[in-house]
Amino acid sequence: MAALFKARRALGMAVGHGVRCLSQLAELPELHQMMRQTCRDYAQKELAPIAAQLDKDHKFPAKQVKELGAMGVMAVEVPESLGGAGMDYLAYCLAVEELSRGCASTGVIVSVNNSLYLGPILKFGTEEQKKQWITPFTTGERVGCFALSEPGNGSDAGAASTLAQQEGDEWVLSGTKAWITNCWDASATVVFATTDKSLKHKGISAFLVPMPHPGLSLGKKEDKLGIRASSTANIILEDCRIPLGNMLGERGMGFNIAMQTLDSGRLGIAAQALGIAQAALDCSADYAHKRTAFGAPIGKLQAIQFKLADMALAIESARLLTWRAAMLRDAKKPFTKEAAMAKLAASEAATFVSHQAIQVLGGMGYVTDMPAERHYRDARITEIYEGTSEIQRLVIANNILKEYQQ
Amino acid sequence: MHRSSEVKHVASYLNTRGCECFGQPCESHCPVLTDRTIHVQLKTFIKIRVKPDRTGVVTDGVKHSMNPFCEIAVEEAIKLKEKKLVKEVVAVSCGPQQVQETIRTALAMGADRGIHVEVSGKDYETLGPLQVSKIFAALAKKEQADLIILGKQAIDDDCNQTGQMIAALLDWPQGTFASEMTLEADKMKVVREVDGGLETIKIKLPAVVTADLRLNTPRYATLPNIMKAKKKKIANVKPADLGVDVCSRLEVLKVDEPPQRQAGVKVETVDDLVGKLKEAGRV
Repeated sequence: MAALFKARRALGMAVGHGVRCLSQLAELPELHQMMRQTCRDYAQKELAPIAAQLDKDHKFPAKQVKELGAMGVMAVEVPESLGGAGMDYLAYCLAVEELSRGCASTGVIVSVNNSLYLGPILKFGTEEQKKQWITPFTTGERVGCFALSEPGNGSDAGAASTLAQQEGDEWVLSGTKAWITNCWDASATVVFATTDKSLKHKGISAFLVPMPHPGLSLGKKEDKLGIRASSTANIILEDCRIPLGNMLGERGMGFNIAMQTLDSGRLGIAAQALGIAQAALDCSADYAHKRTAFGAPIGKLQAIQFKLADMALAIESARLLTWRAAMLRDAKKPFTKEAAMAKLAASEAATFVSHQAIQVLGGMGYVTDMPAERHYRDARITEIYEGTSEIQRLVIANNILKEYQQ
Repeated sequence: MHRSSEVKHVASYLNTRGCECFGQPCESHCPVLTDRTIHVQLKTFIKIRVKPDRTGVVTDGVKHSMNPFCEIAVEEAIKLKEKKLVKEVVAVSCGPQQVQETIRTALAMGADRGIHVEVSGKDYETLGPLQVSKIFAALAKKEQADLIILGKQAIDDDCNQTGQMIAALLDWPQGTFASEMTLEADKMKVVREVDGGLETIKIKLPAVVTADLRLNTPRYATLPNIMKAKKKKIANVKPADLGVDVCSRLEVLKVDEPPQRQAGVKVETVDDLVGKLKEAGRV
């Protein structure tokens, strides 16, 4: 009898929770609406007006990052006791989307700090490590970065060739990391290096390295197609010595840490892609009202209408996937497949929408006077970093096959 | 009466109303319900349309947000609290259910509690500065407020009357168009932006101050404060509870859009220009 009661109660709670989740998809809770509006206001007022110039100058938006830190946006999920905002992942995704709508580079700076740097330390760090490596990075004064990829392996993360050798009470790191976002502006990094090459991916471990640090140098800033206000470069480790206490998690856990971190990180990138896509749609719809051809605003033409409809559909579908994945993560349910779907859908939506936006704007879409060309350039990277679209497809397929396991 | 040097309450009136015109057709500045950015001249995405019956503008489905000058007022109140010069900041708004969102924004900025004076339907459409100032005067007495800060005017009707009327009803001194306010013991030093320049006055508390553009730059709500705002209380009050009659003494005759911009005329010489101006009776 008691067991039946317990089961009924559990079912009730699950249904209640499910209903709450479903209604969240239909309309966000008031708290989330308020913070979304705050981020939107900030992006519209402080980021959008300077985005084009930041892109031209390849300039890191230090002032804006500090302001976002003061708002709590640089550490959304970090508990208040450590200096963060203590909100959930859905709130974080909303924040990144709204900020990226104003400036895609700022969006990725926020995303990398939250998901790729603070994320793994929050999940796998000791209390000591959290105090040392998290709290100073919540205020916007400092940002962190994530060093996994190497010149020889991006998708093939398991083949890391950066070495970590123990010498007494120190780890000595040597090797090169490539494509590291934020590195020229970062004060710390999570580095993945192999402590035992023979174990292949099970021999990789994660380390916390402050920046600058003897033995750590930065390569030249890459001259990228888009997200130019965010710095990307190599990190070169030559006899880089760090205390033993700087290992994150257990020895050999590195690959696991990286994969789990990327699972969450890809929702941040999905959100960034949504923001870029939304900005491109804003631009197109506005232009469709104003530009006249054949005697009427071009928004009256079916060709343009069909484009706008397809663009809006792509964005809304990807957005719902992103929210759902975030809500699953917040509910501590498995979300790997949904996160991969969200990132895939959002990044492909971003490239599709920004491509069509240029088409809607015609010649104006091709010049720097309008932001459409910047959205096009910014969108492209979302299909590549934090797991290429091809990798996302593999992740989804693997999950599907597991579900249908014979 | 002994006045303690610590200011107890600062009440900030938040304006999120639609348009009222006081007996005059508002043809010159069609009220703009904007996304709070009008004072920084960013593009707004809302087109204002006059209702078909020409009694006002369409407000259904249009997003309402806090009046920019009221935001500045809230910011100033919170600044005073941060300097420990006031004990409590109460945010007040009059209107239908949706003004609660605006009050919550003020709470997220740092106000301690809110009061929602519920006015809806026909009463809300005809709600104007006179009724609002009566409500506010009644609240000020009830709450024993020491300082009332409002925006200098609402950007939808540009009336610029509420602050002044509150002061008159309460027989309190007023410092309007404030670009600077400093509390000195029981007096408020207010620097006012007037046509001729800046005027500095000292007014004894309790007093009413209306905020002008350059008083401060309102802060963005921080995420932790947005979370805290959820727990802060918003009290519900009706005008009748305060003994205020919200019946309007004014009737809007008509509301028109500004006249369509006419095409200009190009002239070849300065003489032509002067000639044309004379023709049009402008010179």
